[in-house]
Amino acid sequence: MSQYVLRRLLIAIPSLLGISAVLFFVLALAPGDPFSELATNPNVPPEVQAALRAKFGLDDPIYLRYLHWLSAMMHGDWGFSFVSRMDVDKLILQRLPTTLYVIGSAQILALLVAIPVGVYAATKPYSVFDQVANTLAFVGFSLPTFFTGILFILIFSVTLDWLPFVYTTDINATGIRWVLEMIRQAIMPVAVLGLFQAASMTRFVRSAMLDVIRLDYVTTARAKGLGQATVIVKHVMRNAMIPVVTLIALQMPAVFGGAIVTEQIFRIPGIGSLLISSILSNDTPVVMAVTFVFACLVVLFNLIADVLYGWLDPRISFR
Amino acid sequence: MLDKELRSMIGQVKDGRMDRRAFIKRMAAVGLTAPLANQILALGGVAMAQSPAVYKPTKRGGGGPLKLLWWQGPTLLNPHFATGTKDQDGSRLFYEPLASWDADGNLNPILAAEIPSVANGGLAADAKSVTWKIKPGVKWHDGKPLTADDFVFTWQYASDPATAAVSISTYGEITVEKVNDLSIRILFKTPTPFWANAFVGAYGCVLPKHLFSDYKGSKSREAPNNLAPVGTGPYKFVEFKPGDVVRGQLNPDYHMPNRPHFDTIEMKGGGDAVSAARAVIQTGEFDFAWNMQVEDDVLLRLEKGGKGKTLYATGGDIEFIAINFTDPNTEVDGERSSIKTKHPIFSDPKVRKALSMLVDRESVKKAIYGRAGRTTANYLNGPEKFVSKNTSWEFNIEKASKMLDEAGWKVGSDGIREKDGKKFKLLYQTSTNGPRQKTQAIVKQACQKAGIDVELKSVVASVFFSSDVANPDTYPKFYADIEEFQIPMTQPDPALHMRRYISANVATKENKWQGQNFPRYVNKDYDAAIAAAETETDPVKRAALYIKCNDLLWQDTVFIPVMHRLKVEAAANTLRPALSGWANETDNIQDWYREA
Repeated sequence: MSQYVLRRLLIAIPSLLGISAVLFFVLALAPGDPFSELATNPNVPPEVQAALRAKFGLDDPIYLRYLHWLSAMMHGDWGFSFVSRMDVDKLILQRLPTTLYVIGSAQILALLVAIPVGVYAATKPYSVFDQVANTLAFVGFSLPTFFTGILFILIFSVTLDWLPFVYTTDINATGIRWVLEMIRQAIMPVAVLGLFQAASMTRFVRSAMLDVIRLDYVTTARAKGLGQATVIVKHVMRNAMIPVVTLIALQMPAVFGGAIVTEQIFRIPGIGSLLISSILSNDTPVVMAVTFVFACLVVLFNLIADVLYGWLDPRISFR
Repeated sequence: MLDKELRSMIGQVKDGRMDRRAFIKRMAAVGLTAPLANQILALGGVAMAQSPAVYKPTKRGGGGPLKLLWWQGPTLLNPHFATGTKDQDGSRLFYEPLASWDADGNLNPILAAEIPSVANGGLAADAKSVTWKIKPGVKWHDGKPLTADDFVFTWQYASDPATAAVSISTYGEITVEKVNDLSIRILFKTPTPFWANAFVGAYGCVLPKHLFSDYKGSKSREAPNNLAPVGTGPYKFVEFKPGDVVRGQLNPDYHMPNRPHFDTIEMKGGGDAVSAARAVIQTGEFDFAWNMQVEDDVLLRLEKGGKGKTLYATGGDIEFIAINFTDPNTEVDGERSSIKTKHPIFSDPKVRKALSMLVDRESVKKAIYGRAGRTTANYLNGPEKFVSKNTSWEFNIEKASKMLDEAGWKVGSDGIREKDGKKFKLLYQTSTNGPRQKTQAIVKQACQKAGIDVELKSVVASVFFSSDVANPDTYPKFYADIEEFQIPMTQPDPALHMRRYISANVATKENKWQGQNFPRYVNKDYDAAIAAAETETDPVKRAALYIKCNDLLWQDTVFIPVMHRLKVEAAANTLRPALSGWANETDNIQDWYREA
């Protein structure tokens, strides 16, 4: 087992190197530079922009820039943002708590909705409950988040005036009021994201359950006289959850990556909005850092999912 | 004649026989704007009027929180690193310049004890130096006194190329010396009629020497105070998260009486312009939102029964279509749009004139800009004293068609004009942006009626405005026949705005397309007029020279001005922001208050 994990980690190194190289070269080939805002300001002659490019090494050949970046990264130096001239790791750490809170809550909400609804729908296929759940799931994942987000804002902020639609990181309150405000402002983004995720996950859980529920060993369990709850939870769910675990594990890095569209709509200062604004302003060090960490997390969670298989299904062995 | 009359009028103002306002009105009547008229008076020996105080609060603080919404949040808080106005706006909450521009284009003293004039000895007669007196008793937020040393240091800091300051162009060409602890002298190499550049406005913010002296030059990025400003401004720094939020609180030692009005200030970033307008006008979650690039229809709808309204500030920002004088389709020495070529269609001035008649500015205003634009025939639209009254524009498809016929472009069998077997086809490019692309469509329609085939192209703004030498789609490369965008006027003086189009500035491969003359316009008269204007110390003659430059651009149809754009902001009904078309939104933040 430990040997398996070690081998997987070693395999990860070349793939991460490859990912970083591809990312870097694609970014370097992308047009534009971080100082384009200066270009139309008649107060700033173009030489200033050119001098800044030279100073930040943007005129060096691409492979040199990549090697510089790589060796700095190996030493734990993530570089600094061209746009804010601040260290990249600080910039990311500043935004991590908000991302984890909002996107994490959304994922939890999705699981809390999807698993019970999916399981219950599967135990009574084609019942009224199943039909309703299916329809809602279809509606849910057919509506994009930018649409539901704006719809929520129009209903709950503009018309009803119940909830704020601009997210504030530091609420000017303490104690229980602070907690309540934090929850209040997160309701809309968490609901939008969580329900969208829940919709597709419900369908997935339901079909995974249906695959297992008709198998012979389930009939055997029932024939032994076990109660419905025991059969479903202990016998069916444990086996049905294997593909679901993969799905969830692969979605975990997204918690870090944030949700670009939803963050933009609700002005949540998360990693997603940092990524999009950095991409738009060609802030290569930040884009590299965010995407590279994201790649590492994908590799890591893949491994975790594989290890979890063994725990869920002892028949799977690691070689 | 004008010259003589003006002198006698200046004399009248000096003696108090004519009031300042009447003078400015007379100037406006002959085509000079208020800021110019004021600078004329300053040079004529009359002190500049300080802007009338409309500030009502009678005590410091008590205004509660002020919540600002910038749909692009500041990413850094050092005014000399500020790449965009968002960064300048954020820095300006804490740092201050000697003076800022008010709504009429007058100088409004902030850290200056008075505005320099010939009368108070601040302006040298040869226009080669200006002496500023610093207000006594001003303290940095950490309690240290503000002195002339801070100004001298700021100049050294910004003018050092290793610092990589974006304000280097403002400070690089001047020398700043300390006269005594509370006054400085700025020396210019050549006579400089427009002296109010260094230490004025956004790039004029002064840095504390005691905190930045170790971080001049190549170590500039490491200064801890880049992210935690210590200034002299009305608000003290509390917190900063790049791209997200800037927070400040009232500065109890602020140097102006009864200011600031608000107890705390918050500038939130992110999102888009429409939802920012919504948050201010419709739900009232925020007090003020910046740069409302939203269609007028949408704003009008939001304003119905809302909690806020839109505000407009007039400056000199011009949206235009530029005409390429060189051939974008012929390569000379590996360079397209080379100055060695001539545009095959536009080398005929009649054709350029005809094209300008095909731009329906009134429809563009009605359909797109609404209250946020004014139609104009001029490239130079402010300050008032520099605005030409000699120009005009019209939209007339028939007349344009006739002119094209006369120029030898006959309508072919396919409805498209041709001459000597060459079709009249144009490539019209702009940056990807709703209003611009709609303008493209309006122009294309009129061109089609006149038998011109127009191909539209839009380039992502980050590419279009970048300095990337390798990219063919940037505006200075101009690999198209015509292109549209906006050039903002960041100070109430046309010197930099007009200087772009001298022949020495033509964008070429040799200067890596850094030459700012992107239409590749070459006219000796224009060059001569600019050269004369730049050393002319008589403000009236100087204004006349810039008006001449504008008229040359109009006669030669170098630009087809589409819209004189106003700044659009959204504010709560009770908020009284001090805005100016000649300054950034927060440049007079100390004067903002809320009506009870």
